[in-house]
Amino acid sequence: MKHAGMTSIVQNTTRLVAGFIAVFAVYIALTGHLSPGGGFAGGVILAAAAALVLLAFGGRRTQAVLSEGTCHVVDAAGALGFVAIALGGLGAGVFFANFLPLGELHRFASGGTIALANLAILVKVGAGLVGVLLALAVYGTARYVAAERARGESPDPFLEI
Amino acid sequence: MSVSHLVPFLAVLPLGMAFLFVGLAHVRGGQRVVPGLAVLTVAANLVLATALIGVEVGPIFVGGWGAGKTLGIQLNCDGLAKFMAVTINLVALVSIVFALAYMRRFTKVWLFHALFLLMTGAMNGLVLAGDLFNMFVFLEIAAIASYALVGFGCEAEELEAAFKYLILGTVGSAFVLVGIGILYAMTGHLNMGMVAATLAKVGTTGPAVLLAAAALLGGLALKAAMVPFHAWLPDAHPSAPAPISAMLSGVLIKASGVYALARVVFNVLGPNAPLATVLMALGALSMVIGVFLAVGQWDFKRLLAYHSVSQMGYVVLALGAAADVLAVGGNRTVAGLCLFGGLFHLFNHAAFKSLLFLSSGALEQQVGTRWLKEMGGLARRMPVTSFCCRVGALSIAGVPPFNGFFSKLIIIVGLAMAGHPVLAALAALVALMTLVSFVKVQRYALEGEPAGDGAATAREAPLLMGVAMAVLAVICIGGGLAMVPLGAHLLDPAREVLLDGAQALKEVLP
Repeated sequence: MKHAGMTSIVQNTTRLVAGFIAVFAVYIALTGHLSPGGGFAGGVILAAAAALVLLAFGGRRTQAVLSEGTCHVVDAAGALGFVAIALGGLGAGVFFANFLPLGELHRFASGGTIALANLAILVKVGAGLVGVLLALAVYGTARYVAAERARGESPDPFLEI
Repeated sequence: MSVSHLVPFLAVLPLGMAFLFVGLAHVRGGQRVVPGLAVLTVAANLVLATALIGVEVGPIFVGGWGAGKTLGIQLNCDGLAKFMAVTINLVALVSIVFALAYMRRFTKVWLFHALFLLMTGAMNGLVLAGDLFNMFVFLEIAAIASYALVGFGCEAEELEAAFKYLILGTVGSAFVLVGIGILYAMTGHLNMGMVAATLAKVGTTGPAVLLAAAALLGGLALKAAMVPFHAWLPDAHPSAPAPISAMLSGVLIKASGVYALARVVFNVLGPNAPLATVLMALGALSMVIGVFLAVGQWDFKRLLAYHSVSQMGYVVLALGAAADVLAVGGNRTVAGLCLFGGLFHLFNHAAFKSLLFLSSGALEQQVGTRWLKEMGGLARRMPVTSFCCRVGALSIAGVPPFNGFFSKLIIIVGLAMAGHPVLAALAALVALMTLVSFVKVQRYALEGEPAGDGAATAREAPLLMGVAMAVLAVICIGGGLAMVPLGAHLLDPAREVLLDGAQALKEVLP
């Protein structure tokens, strides 16, 4: 079998930490109303976990798990969720108005719709950035490899994703 | 629930539908319903924008933050916003109907429709935004969607134009953001009305305000493609698919350029002499240089793009003349006349430039080239398209009784009354040059003998494209006659907002 991605040291470390990074991303997003962070920051961290997987295992194996089409759909679902939260506010009087109980200050359930909105943004930004990374990894290297071959040179095996 | 509750839908409905299309595209059979849904969305928006005319809608506080809060997002659905919303959605509807037939030879049509709605929704949000930062955000959404749409064909030339547009557009946006940042640092507010109120206290002639004004004017003038910031437009507008060219030239440079410029200069900074001078200089330069660059063009769409620079020059010149009159506390009627002419020309330009771009797209699709010298004899082979093209050409050249004649006449009279006879004469001369350039188009594209195989075998454009062009042609022919009702319902309320200057948005204050 042709070698794809990086060495098994990197791959195993990635197996170990990628899940933690993803959980941390969700934590950052869900506590956005209490501490620094929020949906966008969480989404970027989530995409960082995906970038790690992409680098360690290569584009093809990552794509087998998570395709660009899936990223499209999840990204759209996040955006639609955000729109739904905004429209829910319309039911409470004004666009984007809070329609959930506010809860007790400094507790987790204290942000009203903000936590939900952060969750929607996490999904949207995470899926969007992962989609961008996948597109760059797959199409970018595919073109580079094809160009190298056309010149009669054998491309770097690392790029044979 | 009154109609004012529905105002946010102008921006949210297209944005939401755009996201929905991305999901639908990955569902079996979902792609087939996308074009129809897109047309319905834009049509619903046009109905909503039209229904808002004459309805008194106070500022809408998104999220229920209330008046006088620095942080809350606010939508201002005043006369100017309604006027722009009607213009944007009218052109969008015609363009998307045209696209139903035109985009058939492209792949990933769902992506086109998603980006189209993203751009339309962002422009609606831009004209509704009551605070500077949301204006910037929607400006960026519209701009980013348009970068992608310019390169939609993915040919090398189109990608190059899109990349150039991306770089220059981002530089412009960065300047806008710097300007907004300086104003925020100075006043502590982002809400346009509150920034205007604070600036009125601290004065608008300090170096910091002037720096902010310079950054905002530079950035927005780039969006409006004013000379000397116009270099991206002649590449970007012709490279896009024809319905997008119509949207970019017809409304995007107006919403993200001229509208934002007018809003910032009149309603936030308040008209003053230096700003008025800059606007008039930009306008006059664009008007003259744009038309001279257009006359020598042989690429039909590139010629039209240069005319956009020139015609936007008219609008900005009229705005500048009005600001000049208002700055010295001059006659409100004269300033009002200039503003009326400018806004009317903005509307008319949206109609005839979209019409010209759509007809150029129909010609290009049939003939297979945009090169005027390779066309010829198309008046016989494509009568409907040619008729619509002629109506557009006569309108842009300012031939009576088409709509362009009336708006140019009002601008010229307004300039003369505001004490700028030289600029008025220049505007008349540019109208003549425009006529010359479109006589060339008529001569080479529509008259004479076919100069190539493409022109000899061209057939009439499909029905939907013809219908879209015919609607705009009717607006061009009837626009001049409809000036009085249009003025009473759309232009006068919009003009009042600008005439009130920095006082216009004060009502939002607690």
